[in-house]
Amino acid sequence: MRFVDEFRDAEKARALSAKITGLCEPGRQYKFMEVCGGHTHTIYKHGLEDYLPENITLVHGPGCPVCVIPMGRVDDAIHIARRPDVLMTSFGDMMRVPGSGGNFFDSNAEGTNIRMVYSPLDSLKIAKQNPGLNVVFMAIGFETTTPSTAMTVLRAAQEGLTNFSVFCNHVTILPAIKAILDSPDLRLDGFIGPGHVSTVIGCDPYEFIARDYRKPVVVAGFEPLDILQSIYLLMLQLHEGRCAVENQYSRVVPWDGNLVALRTITEVMELRPYFEWRGLGFISHSAMRMKAKYEAFDAEKIYSVPGVRVADPKACQCGEVLKGVLKPWECKVFGTACTPETPIGTCMVSPEGACAAYYNFGRFSRNRVREASTA
Amino acid sequence: MSALGHRARRPDPTPGEREQQVLDRIDKARRRRAKVTDERITLSHGAGGKATQSLVEAIFLDAFRNPRLEPLEDAATLCVGSTRLALTTDSFVVSPLFFPGGDIGDLAVNGTVNDLAVSGATPLYLTAGFILEEGFPVADLERVVASMRAAAETAGVEIVTGDTKVVQRGKADGCYINTAGIGVIDADAPALGVATARPGDAVLVSGPIGEHGVTIMLARGELDIDAELESDTAAVHGMVADLRAAAPGVRAMRDATRGGVATILNEVAKAADVAVVVDEKAVPVKTEVRGASELLGIDPLYVACEGRIVVIVDPAEVAAALAALHRHPLGEQAAVIGRITEDPPGLVLLNTTFGGTRIVDLLVGDPLPRIC
Repeated sequence: MRFVDEFRDAEKARALSAKITGLCEPGRQYKFMEVCGGHTHTIYKHGLEDYLPENITLVHGPGCPVCVIPMGRVDDAIHIARRPDVLMTSFGDMMRVPGSGGNFFDSNAEGTNIRMVYSPLDSLKIAKQNPGLNVVFMAIGFETTTPSTAMTVLRAAQEGLTNFSVFCNHVTILPAIKAILDSPDLRLDGFIGPGHVSTVIGCDPYEFIARDYRKPVVVAGFEPLDILQSIYLLMLQLHEGRCAVENQYSRVVPWDGNLVALRTITEVMELRPYFEWRGLGFISHSAMRMKAKYEAFDAEKIYSVPGVRVADPKACQCGEVLKGVLKPWECKVFGTACTPETPIGTCMVSPEGACAAYYNFGRFSRNRVREASTA
Repeated sequence: MSALGHRARRPDPTPGEREQQVLDRIDKARRRRAKVTDERITLSHGAGGKATQSLVEAIFLDAFRNPRLEPLEDAATLCVGSTRLALTTDSFVVSPLFFPGGDIGDLAVNGTVNDLAVSGATPLYLTAGFILEEGFPVADLERVVASMRAAAETAGVEIVTGDTKVVQRGKADGCYINTAGIGVIDADAPALGVATARPGDAVLVSGPIGEHGVTIMLARGELDIDAELESDTAAVHGMVADLRAAAPGVRAMRDATRGGVATILNEVAKAADVAVVVDEKAVPVKTEVRGASELLGIDPLYVACEGRIVVIVDPAEVAAALAALHRHPLGEQAAVIGRITEDPPGLVLLNTTFGGTRIVDLLVGDPLPRIC
């Protein structure tokens, strides 16, 4: 299939793998963080780590949008959804994110009406079809999905819809990366930059990582060869003693980002003073809220929410996993108390979460897998 | 971490050893008896993945346990005097009721015929139970029933008894159908069952996978994706008869419905305590199905088929089995997709097109509810 198969070519992967291995200095350990959950998913889905030498470790970063939603926000969403006049919509990944009293599926089993949608615009369609109900879109995601939420609000305003609102949980990637860079217990050699986010914000905003923290960044696409090539580009920078932001995903990511999308966001939303991230705690200026001008579409203004902060379960070490301090299997509850069926932490919920990806695809010694598959 | 307790006795385990310890602990946890911890039924319990498995084992098997039920095959095998019978039942709640390539009617007949066929039986008689919602158009019911009659004629079975219930508007979604079927198993035919898979056996599929599931999803019109796709719904008993005549070393067959080929292979791995190693390149998938799956982020291995079977066959008879499938119109694109190995028991591994390997686990929830 065109535009897919050429990015999964095993021949090319072997060649890149050899070049990467050739750049490894003997005895040195390399740790790269892929910021985006989409990359984590690709890495596990295609078995990409089989191509990496033992001294390169990939650390799975905080860029899975559902993984960073704290329990308190899930509780708030369910609180809104419990109103008999409310029909809530959200992305499928959100359905299994645990709040303190269960997830959206459990809440539906108790009578709420929370539906999966593939696009925020679908919520508008549902709002028009159900004039007697108030449709609330539980919006989540990084800059990748923020423009489409903003555009949906603009369209709702244009069409004069009065039964549609947004419960805004959009977050921004840069403060999270900065929080990770400032974390004292972390040692990283470089970043595989988030490709989808970068289609919106461009590559410029990452300059501080190279300039101030002296870490190379390569913005990467989502096919396995994209990621392998990005690892090669990171190794090349380290080998040549350089430190820069590079764009491997130039077929999609313009250096300056998507100005129309950025304008749409700033028309509708503004930065919150602070927002709680699961595992990472409160990070200032790290999330978006609706501007006062659009408060008629702001679910937080329309409905009162408890807004109670719920501490992450004690046993859960999502924070350390999100920061890359712990590998998923090093968490105390990984795979026993916390599984994809009964997730305690959000890293186990979404297929893009580091723990779920490792549990579903990688939960096995690489060597034994290799032996078995070639036997 | 737990390393503290070991320090006095032996040196700290290496990270590799510690990882293996964790993985072994998980493996043990996964082999524990299934439990349903939820207080209420959620959609996951009907999705065919892990939650369904727990529900079936912890609630139904626990209550009804008997040697006929325990193998949890597609149909129960019963002996009445010297006659071996296969008995099965299936309910259909697909939405929408009519879709490209079929409707709930032929699905309800073919689904039950196929469950009998892959159990090694010749399908004979079916029952049909209807749950109808107040307000359901009679014309639609006539369409459904006409396609049931046509499907039954094609499959050579008779619908011999039935039942009708009507519920208040809003208490059902148009029309639900339950069918049960009975078939007779040839007295000298070797017993079939996924538990009999052995290392060395080959794994075949009878055609391109995932067409039914993707067709239904697109037919709902929620995705704004168009593709020239039709459901693969068909009765497979003729193909199965040809296959078994050509390759008596067939050990097991399953029709890959809800949960897709991946779920079947996990059942094989678990029941026979073997590994299934699949070659991603060898799995036949239509471009339209691949394209839609890529866009939606789903894996065709988990998408339902309604006329495709997975076959486990003795390695000596692979060529004969494949040739027999290829000769049948439903099996023209059959392919060998993998093999059974001894280690690691209980797991399905995939050699990816990209050249890596990964685990193919049971799904937790279904990305596509109500496909059959």
